[in-house]
This record gives sequence, structure tokens and C-alpha cells, in this order.
Amino acid sequence: MAQVHLDHLGKRFGDVIAVDDVTLHVADGEFVVLLGPSGCGKSTVLRMIAGLEEPTTGTVTIGDEIVNGLDAKERDVAMVFQNYALYPNMSVRKNIAFPLGPRGIPRAEQQRLVDQTAESLGLGALLDRKPAQLSGGQRQRVALARAIVREPRVFLMDEPLSNLDAKLRSQTRVELVALQHRLRTTFVYVTHDQVEAMTMADRIAIFDAGRLQQVGSPSEVYARPANLFVARFVGSPPMNTLPASAHGFGGDHAEHTLGVRPEHLHIDGFAGGRKNIDGFAGGRNNSDDVTTRRVDTPALPAFVRFCESLGHEKHVTCRVGGADVDGLDVDGIDVGRADVGGVDVIVRLPGDAAAPSAADAVSLRFASEDAHWFDAQGVRIDDGARVVGGNA
Amino acid sequence: MRRSPRDLPLAAVMLIPSAVVFAVWAFYPLVRTVQLGFYRQDPFGAHRTWVGFDQYREALSLSAFRHSLWVTVVYVSLTVPASLLLGLGLAVLAHQQLRGIRVFRTIFSSTVATSVAVASLLWLVLLHPSLGIYNQFRRSVGMAPVDFLNNPATALRAVALTTVWQNLGLVFIVMIAGLQSIPDELHEAARLDGHGAWSRFRRITVPMLSPTIAFALVVLVINAFQSFGQIDLLTPNGGPLKSTNVLVYQLYSTVYKTRDPGLASAQAVVLFAIIFVLSMAQVVFLDRRVHYAQRPAGDER
Repeated sequence: MAQVHLDHLGKRFGDVIAVDDVTLHVADGEFVVLLGPSGCGKSTVLRMIAGLEEPTTGTVTIGDEIVNGLDAKERDVAMVFQNYALYPNMSVRKNIAFPLGPRGIPRAEQQRLVDQTAESLGLGALLDRKPAQLSGGQRQRVALARAIVREPRVFLMDEPLSNLDAKLRSQTRVELVALQHRLRTTFVYVTHDQVEAMTMADRIAIFDAGRLQQVGSPSEVYARPANLFVARFVGSPPMNTLPASAHGFGGDHAEHTLGVRPEHLHIDGFAGGRKNIDGFAGGRNNSDDVTTRRVDTPALPAFVRFCESLGHEKHVTCRVGGADVDGLDVDGIDVGRADVGGVDVIVRLPGDAAAPSAADAVSLRFASEDAHWFDAQGVRIDDGARVVGGNA
Repeated sequence: MRRSPRDLPLAAVMLIPSAVVFAVWAFYPLVRTVQLGFYRQDPFGAHRTWVGFDQYREALSLSAFRHSLWVTVVYVSLTVPASLLLGLGLAVLAHQQLRGIRVFRTIFSSTVATSVAVASLLWLVLLHPSLGIYNQFRRSVGMAPVDFLNNPATALRAVALTTVWQNLGLVFIVMIAGLQSIPDELHEAARLDGHGAWSRFRRITVPMLSPTIAFALVVLVINAFQSFGQIDLLTPNGGPLKSTNVLVYQLYSTVYKTRDPGLASAQAVVLFAIIFVLSMAQVVFLDRRVHYAQRPAGDER
């Protein structure tokens, strides 16, 4: 077990800056997820921790030792690859035992460790098979077994669930978290799937274009995204963002962006959001604010484009602004400027709620406390909600 | 894929072009050669007399033929392992991600584009007793030059050397293609698992390359058994004391010098049988030791 510390880490490939000045501390035994779209540099960061890439700038510390220049085999870290990287010419048993040989562990002990690890992951009956004879889920577990059998200081995982089907993926998520609790080892986990990040991580580090955008617990990054990129990346469906200006907020008609989460939007006359809506407030146990928050913003005219039902919830896509509601200015919030021809927003309704039909004209509301404001550079402006509330 | 009997006519039509080519260029000459082996003929290919297996028996008991078989076996064992190991070694060296490595890849593969005649001429000069660079070096340090190609003790080895040189390009290309098909992650995983370069070569590269190595081995053995050009150009008449009189050269002499096409046909059939049996034996033997990439169960692409 060991902490991992990245200090001003950078990596260039020729003229391309893959990782730009990343500083991140992963505590001993912590589960940190590196999250971002493909090409954001998260995998390169992982590979630099593993020793498969040398940093161009900065240092990687594992435990108390700076490991720059140390070969991968000297670092005592294990990695699970996206395609598992099982040795196709070896049986499952030999795959799992492969890291034990170089450590000078006697044969009998190797055998015992392999059996024990295989048993704990339900691979006992598959030990004599070749990887090609296994299903995707089984291969994934063999890769995991090969990683845990030697009790490394740090586990590195590069999108280990992305080749599994949806059902197996959610099941394996739970198993991985349980495994991490059992082993109490440091996990650094790379994914582009924000659901994986939200459900598994102690902390999430969000990357875009080689830069670290925000680090925080899943609830922190969800509730207080540091910038527009994080706001739009975390959450499913993502946060609605509208070009908007607020009077008296950084100067009149400053070019800001307003963000509202789909579950915080409410359609007048329909059970949406979670604010003061009869028959819905009692249905969610995480809504401690259901009765305390007030839907206090003025109604934004919109029309319904379509409604998707997912069973447990409905997503209603509405168009705000555009030709019909040009240059909408509602009591201090100027939303959906004409130049953008309207903006689509998604409202999340409970699955059993009545929903408006396509082309219906509706009014959208939200609590000013639920509004997120971002400046022209996309950086979060704190207290935005209060200012809007004050204007309303 | 399921085959239905209704597909048969279409399949037959699609096979016609290659069936015609094979029939004209492979099957007919083969059958004809076997047939000619049963007839004694005069030097002009006329006046055939049926002699049954007599000529085959004669071919096998002929001391010149037996000697050439032995020369061929020595020649194969001199050229095949050396070509394979050197080609693999060069491919491993050139597989590194280094600046300018493409230049080396081109150089290493260039012998494949060199004709036997050009290669032989090149080596004729290099090995020449007075012009050759090695003998010039020997003379400069006061040693007597060696006439490699006219010395019965060195002629076969000298010809084998040129063959290895010429094989390198083909083996190199095949091996580097094989190396490039091994996923990088396997080496990365092995590095993280604590294995050094030699261990990775032994446990990852060689097993993953085994189908390529097996292919190269079979091709090299067949090529070696069929060698003729460099023998004829470097050591005419089967070399000093027939020391380079390989099977194909023996065949050639039987047709064009002894003028006995019937006997030559019988010898050709024996050569074909040897190569066929050897190739089959290699395929069967190697198949058990080779790791072929398998598609995962249920992955039907």
C-alpha cells in the first residue's frame, strides 16, 4: 500500500501536449478515478504512474520514493488493461502466476497463491483454459486476478469495464468497490464513463485537453462543478447550459452561462423537479430540500420537442428561446439569445409522472439556489444563485 | 458459416479460374513427370520404353544421386537455422522504436529484391581469391588467400553463406510483420509483472511468433531443397569434387549433360516426395507446438 503523488506532471509527444502540469495527490488506500473524454490525457497519466511512459516534466512519487526513471518492473504496481492483455499462449493458471516468478516465490507457494486468488474471484474451474476460451467477463476477472495475486502497492486500471456489456459492467463495478474495501489498496482508475466514476470513486479527478479540471468527491463535483466542462461532463443527462445574461451580475448583460441540472427544472402544471410538487415530494428520500427550497424563478417560456421514457424516469427535451421567444428577458435573466436560435434543455420527471406532449407550450421554473453560473471563460462564479434570486 | 448444397454450383464456378491455372501449371507437369519416370527415353525424348519402377529404383541406388542427397541435407542444415536465427535477430533489432529505424528496415529487407544472378555475382567478387575483400585483408596481414569456391572443403559453405544472405530479406520481412502483430500491451503487462527483456522475449515474443517461425521454417526448407541458381553460378558443374552437387543440380545434369530425361523425371519425383513428406511432417510436428491466435468463443466476425 502506498500513496501516489503527481507533482506538476507533464508529457509531450512531439508537438502535442498530452498532459499539462498535473498535480494530484492520491492518499494511501484511496480510490481515485481519472475521468475525461478520450484523448484528454488520463490514460497517459496512468501510464506515467505505471512507468510505461516517462514524464517530460514533473515527478511521480509512489510511497515516499520518486519513481521517475525507474522501470515499470521495479515499481511494484499492477495494472489492468482495457483489453485485459492476457497472455494468449498461457493457461489461466500461468497467466495469474506470471507476476510471481520474477519475485522469487517458490513453486508451491505460487500454486497456493494462484489457487487462493482464483477461488476468491470464482475462477477455480477455469484454471486450465486458455484466454480465448473465456468470456469477456471471465477474462476481465483473470486480468484482475493477475493484478491482485502479488499484492502490489498500487492498482492501476485503464477502462477495465469498457469491454463488458451493460449488465455485467454494473455488477463488476460493485465487485471492484468491494474488492478495494477488502484489499485497502490504493486504486487509480481511468474511465470516460461518468457513471463508473460517480459510483466507485472516493474522489474524481476530471481531465480535459491534458489539464486537470477539478478534483473532488463525486457529490462535490456534481453539486459544484468548477467549470462548464465539468458541468457538462458529469451527470446523465448532463447539466443544461444556456447562454444567459444577468442584470447586476458582473455588469449588466455580461456574457455568462446559466446551468441547471435536469432534475432541478420544473414544468408548470406537471410533476417535475422536486419542488413543492404534490404527490412527488415524498417519493424521493434524498430530497431533504424538497420542502425547504422554493421554485422562485420566473417562468421561462419553452416548447416541448420530445419526451423519452426510461421507465423509472422521463426526460422531456424542451426548446427555450429561438424564433418564437426571441431575446427572452425574464426579470433579470436574459435567456436564449436570438443569435443561438434557441437552446434545448432536458427536464427530468419521475417515471410515473404525467408528461407534456411534443409541441406543447410550457413554462419552466427552477429554484435560484439550483442555478450554476459560469463566466465567459467557463469558470464557475460562486453565489450566482443568490444574485439571480435577488433580482427575481 | 453454414454451407448449403445450393451454393455448390456457384462455388464450382468461382473455383474455375484457379483450378485452370493449377491444372496447367502444377497438376499437368506433376502427372507428366511421374509418368515420364516410368519410361526409358533416348536423349531427344523419343523412343519411349515402359520400364515401370526400374528407373525409380535406379535413381535411388545411383551413388551420384545419394551423394547429392547428402550434399543437400548438409546444405539445408547450413542455411535454414542460420537464416532463421539471423533474420529473427535482425527483426528484433529493427523492431525498436528508434529514430531512422526505417532506413535499417529497408536495408535489411533489400535482399529479397535481389535476383539470384545479382546476388551470386556480388558474392563471386566478394569471395574472389584476388579481388575479394576478405582475401585482400588476409594478404595485407601476410596470410595466403583462400579460393573458397574452388576448394572442396569450403565450396558448399561459401554457397550456403550467399544463400543465408539472400534469405535474410524474406525472413526479416516475415518476422517483422509477425512482431508487429504482437500487441504492445502484452509486453507492457509483462513489464509490470516484473519480467525483463530476455524473459519477455522467451515467454511472450517467441510463443506469439511461433506461427510465423513455423511458416518461415517450412518455406526455407523447401527453398533450400530447390536451390539451383546460386549453385550453378558460383560453382559450375556441381563444384570441386561435386561438393556442391545438390539434388536439383543433379537433376539438371541428368537432363542436360547425361541426356537422360526419363531418369531425371524419376529423380524429380523422388525430390518432390522428399519435400512433400518433410513439409507435412513439419506442419504436423509444429502444429502441436505453435500457438495460433484463437478468436474468443462467441466472437463471430
